[in-house]
Amino acid sequence: MSALEARGLACARGDVRLFRDVSFAALPGEWIALTGANGSGKTTLLRCVAGLVRPESGEVLWDGRPAHASGSTLHENAVFVGHAPGVKDDLTAAENLRDALALRGVACGEAAMDEALGQVGLSTRRRLAARRLSAGQRRRIGLARLWLDPAPVWLLDEPLAALDAEGERLFSGMLERHLARGGLAVVATHHALAPAPDREVRLGS
Amino acid sequence: MTGFRWAFARDLRLAWRHPGETFLVIVFFAIVASLFPLGVGAEPQVLARIGPGVIWVCALLAALLSLPSMLSSDYIDGSLEQMALSPHPMASWVTGKIAAHWSVTGLPLTLLSPLLGLEYGLEADTQAVLAAGLLLGTPVLSLLGAACSALTLGARGAGTLLALLALPLFVPVLIFGAGAAQAQASGLSPQAALSLLGAGLIFAGLAVPPAACAAIRIALD
Amino acid sequence: MNWFYFASPPTFYRLAGTLMPFFFVLAALLSAAGLYEGLWVAPTDAQQGEVYRVIFIHVPAAWMSMFLYFVMACYSGLSLTFNTRLGAMMARAVAPTGALFTFIALWTGAFWGRPTWGTYWAWDARMVSELVLLFLYFGYIALANAFEDPRRGDRAASLLALVGIVNLPIIYFSVQWWNTLHQGSTVKLTGSSMHVTMLTAMLLMTFASWMYSIAAILWRARSIILERERRTRWVRAL
Repeated sequence: MSALEARGLACARGDVRLFRDVSFAALPGEWIALTGANGSGKTTLLRCVAGLVRPESGEVLWDGRPAHASGSTLHENAVFVGHAPGVKDDLTAAENLRDALALRGVACGEAAMDEALGQVGLSTRRRLAARRLSAGQRRRIGLARLWLDPAPVWLLDEPLAALDAEGERLFSGMLERHLARGGLAVVATHHALAPAPDREVRLGS
Repeated sequence: MTGFRWAFARDLRLAWRHPGETFLVIVFFAIVASLFPLGVGAEPQVLARIGPGVIWVCALLAALLSLPSMLSSDYIDGSLEQMALSPHPMASWVTGKIAAHWSVTGLPLTLLSPLLGLEYGLEADTQAVLAAGLLLGTPVLSLLGAACSALTLGARGAGTLLALLALPLFVPVLIFGAGAAQAQASGLSPQAALSLLGAGLIFAGLAVPPAACAAIRIALD
Repeated sequence: MNWFYFASPPTFYRLAGTLMPFFFVLAALLSAAGLYEGLWVAPTDAQQGEVYRVIFIHVPAAWMSMFLYFVMACYSGLSLTFNTRLGAMMARAVAPTGALFTFIALWTGAFWGRPTWGTYWAWDARMVSELVLLFLYFGYIALANAFEDPRRGDRAASLLALVGIVNLPIIYFSVQWWNTLHQGSTVKLTGSSMHVTMLTAMLLMTFASWMYSIAAILWRARSIILERERRTRWVRAL
């Protein structure tokens, strides 16, 4: 089983240095919380780990090898959920889910998708155009995707944003299930999440 | 399912849900083309001379109008980063998006061009060459436009900046496309110009998607 | 020699500061020589009279405008390949000078066109290409400054410059073709073959423009470096 590791990451945005010399490692079954005030660089750090942002220095390793070099398998094995949920207004919840899974190369039947949407409380709304859903409901489409995607690595940016208490419980349950199956997660959050993180990386101090 | 098919099918589906936007571009094309005779006078020889050029310029402007929608909505709602992180190679879904964009803008324009040719009193053979040129040239406009659109994602004044970047790059397509039709109209052979357009299409099809991918990576950074 | 040594902004800043005055002086001397040669020594042209002398500014300006775009594209390529800050800063420094020379080429071309063809703007292939080149420069400058994060502007503009340098020959060739299709005027620089003094004058002015460009670019690069690195220690120590 592979580990995700960050070594000495440093990043700047414009003229401002956000963070430097950030290192951490997550083994299967562990999850790491990235905490810090607004603007401290949590999102940028997470995007560095995901490979969207090139860090000024440092590297991200997956399975001991550079995570973002060609030939690396991190992209196939990681799911990234950013600030914007990646939901198209004009498509229904079911179509959004199907597109998202097809993009990740996850083969999934209609029944499984309907069940997942049911799990997150969207079964009566799955044929509505996403523009008619609330922000929290759109987030839940993302949760349905996490439910169905077998990827072992989760990179999540404020996954509880816009979710109500029930949504938070749902997510905690999914996170536990994911960790129990040997997955790992790096989560940028300023909420207290259950289960407690194995490690916390605090930014902006 | 390859990245190309995924992006192509999805973007077509999205355009189908939003037919207003697509029709708007085509209507714009027709309206602007109809304005020129009102400004220039309806003298048949003049119209026949300026027809190919005017129709081409309208095609360029219509392409410019429709470009921002290719990438910017995906950029804003977070779909673009999901696509960038997918296991599919970036060039495949970028090409799929461009192909879908062309299918709902360039292709209808090409099919509509004979009607506009009638407005300008173009001969049948000139119209045929005009349509052939548009068929070869509008994909190049979509390709080049995609790269410029990617460069301006999230920029201040993105719309006009896009025009400033894209129009100089469109100049050769305009010259060869309109030039082919005009050559045909004056009795010369349009072959050279059409072959150049074809070669340009092949070159752009190979060279532009990697540039657009680089621009998207810069935008997501 | 370790070229990356010079890629460090503080080192380059000092080097540029030392070299700059030399280039300004060279430019002044060479332009004096070139203008003397062109305005005094070179003979009157058989067909165009005295007016043709504007080519001693027009042609060097046009050459520089294209050469500088090439230089800008090279710096852009370097900055994208090696991810250095200085590469993009140099490209940004080149752009305004390149645009200036393009503008000069267009202006002097118009003034030359008036007596020669009877019109300020004659849609000949070279002038149209120069005009498109001006738009390419403007596009670069606009894109580089269109973002909050200057690094994003650097990278986007660098990519644009590379796209532009590939397209520039295509645009030039297409405009030439367009010109032949529409029986446009091909301009002869002078009526007869060029007298050797005219050639000397043009070369002198070209070198003068080159030296001036280097000086102006070094100057601009220094101020860009100061502005971008203003939060670093070495700048605050200045």
